[in-house]
Amino acid sequence: MTVDPALAELSDTLFSASVAVYSAAVVAFCAQLAFGRRPARQLVAAGTGGDAPVAGDGAATAGPAPAGRASRWGAVGLALTVVGALVHAGVLVTRGLATDRLPWGNMYEFATAVVLVGVVSFVVLAVRVPGARDIGAYVLAVVVLAQVAIGLFLYAEAGPLVAALRSSWLAVHVSSAVLGFGVFFVSGIASALYLLRLRHDAGGGDAGSVLARLPGAVTLDRVAHRTAVFGFPIWTFAVIAGAIWAESAWGRFWGWDPKETWAFIAWVVYAGYLHARTTAGWRGRPAAWVNVVGLGVMVFNLLYVNMVSTGLHSYAGLD
Amino acid sequence: MTIEAPPRPAEAPQPAARPSAGRRAWALWLRWWRRLTAMRTAIVLLFLLAVAAIPGSLLPQRALSQDNVRQYYLDHPTLAPVLDRLYLFDVFSSPWFAAVYLLLFVSLIGCVVPRVAEHARALRAAPPPAPRRLLRLPDSAGLATPLAGPAALDVVEEELRVRRFRVVRRSGAAGEELSAEKGSWKETGNLVFHLSLVALLLGLAGGKLWGYEGSILVTEGQGFCNSFQQYDTYSAGPLVEGSDLSPLCVDLEDFRAEYEEDLTAASYTADISYGPPGAEGRRTTIGVNDPLRTGGDRVYVTGHGYSPRFTVTLPDGTVFEGVSAPFLPADQGTLASEGALKLPDLGAGVEDQLAVEGFLAPTGVLQGGVLTSIDPRPLSPQVAVLVYRGYLGLDSGLPQSVYSLDADQVERGNLTEVGRANLAVGESITLDDGTSITFDGVDQFAALQFSHDPGQVWVLVASITLLAGLLALLLLRRERFFARATAAADGGGTVLTVGSLTRGGGDSAERFTELTGELRTALADRSSPTPPAGGADPHPGGPHP
Ligand code: HEM
Repeated sequence: MTVDPALAELSDTLFSASVAVYSAAVVAFCAQLAFGRRPARQLVAAGTGGDAPVAGDGAATAGPAPAGRASRWGAVGLALTVVGALVHAGVLVTRGLATDRLPWGNMYEFATAVVLVGVVSFVVLAVRVPGARDIGAYVLAVVVLAQVAIGLFLYAEAGPLVAALRSSWLAVHVSSAVLGFGVFFVSGIASALYLLRLRHDAGGGDAGSVLARLPGAVTLDRVAHRTAVFGFPIWTFAVIAGAIWAESAWGRFWGWDPKETWAFIAWVVYAGYLHARTTAGWRGRPAAWVNVVGLGVMVFNLLYVNMVSTGLHSYAGLD
Repeated sequence: MTIEAPPRPAEAPQPAARPSAGRRAWALWLRWWRRLTAMRTAIVLLFLLAVAAIPGSLLPQRALSQDNVRQYYLDHPTLAPVLDRLYLFDVFSSPWFAAVYLLLFVSLIGCVVPRVAEHARALRAAPPPAPRRLLRLPDSAGLATPLAGPAALDVVEEELRVRRFRVVRRSGAAGEELSAEKGSWKETGNLVFHLSLVALLLGLAGGKLWGYEGSILVTEGQGFCNSFQQYDTYSAGPLVEGSDLSPLCVDLEDFRAEYEEDLTAASYTADISYGPPGAEGRRTTIGVNDPLRTGGDRVYVTGHGYSPRFTVTLPDGTVFEGVSAPFLPADQGTLASEGALKLPDLGAGVEDQLAVEGFLAPTGVLQGGVLTSIDPRPLSPQVAVLVYRGYLGLDSGLPQSVYSLDADQVERGNLTEVGRANLAVGESITLDDGTSITFDGVDQFAALQFSHDPGQVWVLVASITLLAGLLALLLLRRERFFARATAAADGGGTVLTVGSLTRGGGDSAERFTELTGELRTALADRSSPTPPAGGADPHPGGPHP
């Protein structure tokens, strides 16, 4: 198995291109916010309770059509996001072709794939949930930051897989981990925005602030919850598939290796989030915090466990 | 499953007299039991288990690496003993971890079992009667129809049955009414999920109690049998007796390691034969990701390395050929390895035992007199050896590693260095007394692991049912639909009050609007040729005005 250097280089070029396109999408989404309609002041209820409907919500679904210029910029932003996602997918495809294997064998490839899943989940949401497009500027800003950090700190040369990873479980386990993580990525951002929105609304709701152009708290909360509900079984499956693989690769299905431990912790936190959403006294703000902590645990598991601690999961490809 | 505690039986009226001590103890016990078995407690305990796992991933653990713990002791000489007393280097086998685990287990059982019984009853019971104030439900509406009450409910019933609702009709105080329900599989999924969690914990515990694993380095052409005496290291659950070990012997016939051009390990494969002791073995090939599985036991290749082979010639002409010992890889990339060869019985007595400690490079180069390895394949093996003579201390009763010399013996002067050299294949070193040691080459060894975990099939089945239950729990929705017929105020026809209660899924309002729309059409169809009088009039409290 030899690496095709031309394809590997193309992959790296596409990576930079994806960052550029996503940055353009951020600019377009910011323009959407800038030209966006300013919610009438009296409509901004000082929502303290988590589920109190807030202006912007109903308006986005049933209200008058948003100002033409803003919605045009929103469409441009979304189109750029889709182009970016295609380029981003190209990064992985060319890497896979260059190395003749699935392109998620090290931390760089894994993280790149996670962000791609996050972007795709956002696009799906933006098309299906009215109002979700309004979080584009924030999601894409995080995406750009994540991509830059991945390129700077996690980059690993294209290369062959170590023996332990040559198994069809790579496709099953890592693909599901990527999917689950990517979906949680969007979910965590939605919960963080929900918390910001609540704070903004509680603070009197300065209509001029960009936060006033966020979708309403109810929409944000619902987006966060629906994505988490979608991601949780996938994550559960990823952990189970990991355990099945570990039984044949490492001689035991569970051994409290650091990555396993943190996968379990993340699982518990997300289970806690789903419960909290339906428990009196935990709805709204506290539940959203649990979701944000969940994303923190996922990122910690990716970064700390690969880079600082040592374990069997040390396939990061970093020296 | 809702999060709230199960409905509690009403408190018994306080008796006037002081209850007996036994009663009070019983009441106290009951109170704690209820508290422990509330769903909320189970979640808190699950969280606690996650929090308890954190130190296990941040501090070195004995179960994962003894060396890292030893290093931690050296780096933090005052802190380490304190942490050790709190079991922080053995988190996952510590009493406090077990306590959380057991409490969670009891809590789950206490919480889920009564619900299973309740749900089994509910599955067979009719849907509950309609609430008195239907319009208070989150989704509700009023439908006017010229049909008579029973006929209108017939239409609703038919429409609901087509949609796979279970329907009952009752005549209540406020008029004839209808209750319908579907999606009780959601609750079934919920219970399956939680019961699977219990089963999974049981399987895990069973595996810990009755499971064992041992590891051993086996050179090509040699073998081992499944017994604790033979393993280099082993760990076994508290209920494992040495005599329980399945009688199985494994011989390593051939071992191959393949590498990519950039020296990434591509595959390890071992040809083995296995079977009961003394019997003709069956042959198979095992490798990374592809263990031997036989009768609940598994044999894995976990790594490989080289054993240098030497010929020792004593001054009197006695020759010992094929003296070798496995050297442990210190660097997985180049397989630079370290090890020791102990030769206690060359015949010269306890004071004249020989030992060779050394460094092995499968493909060696000398850089400034220092031997390093540049390739994991044995292209040009070289060793750097230090030869000692003296007393090895093997019969001192203290255990020593087979892979290194006892540093104490060297320190106390019992072992003294009598020569050192870098040797390529075929080269020898001659000691002061005329003994010569020749490096003949290397043999491959494989690191094999033997594992037995009777719980793992249970855990697998439990995790599959857990996932199935989870999917049902998250994706299904339970809907209840109620309708009540009352005569219209103006005397002509009927007003149906309908309402629904949905658990799970987000868009209950849209679904309700859709369903009432379809009911309206059906009612209108049925009451034609008379055109629908008055049309439909959704209740103002409804979701979409
Ligand atoms: C109980 C067993 C396992 C669990 C719980 C588990 C958990 C995880 C988790 C949580 C991730 C996400 C990565 C992250 O957030 O950093 C992951 C990724 C990954 N897993 Fe596993 N895993 C298990 C077994 C295995 C086995 C047996 C292998 C291969 C021999 C494996 C190979 C990988 C690889 C290559 C990745 C992606 C690359 C990376 O993060 O460096 N896993 N696993």
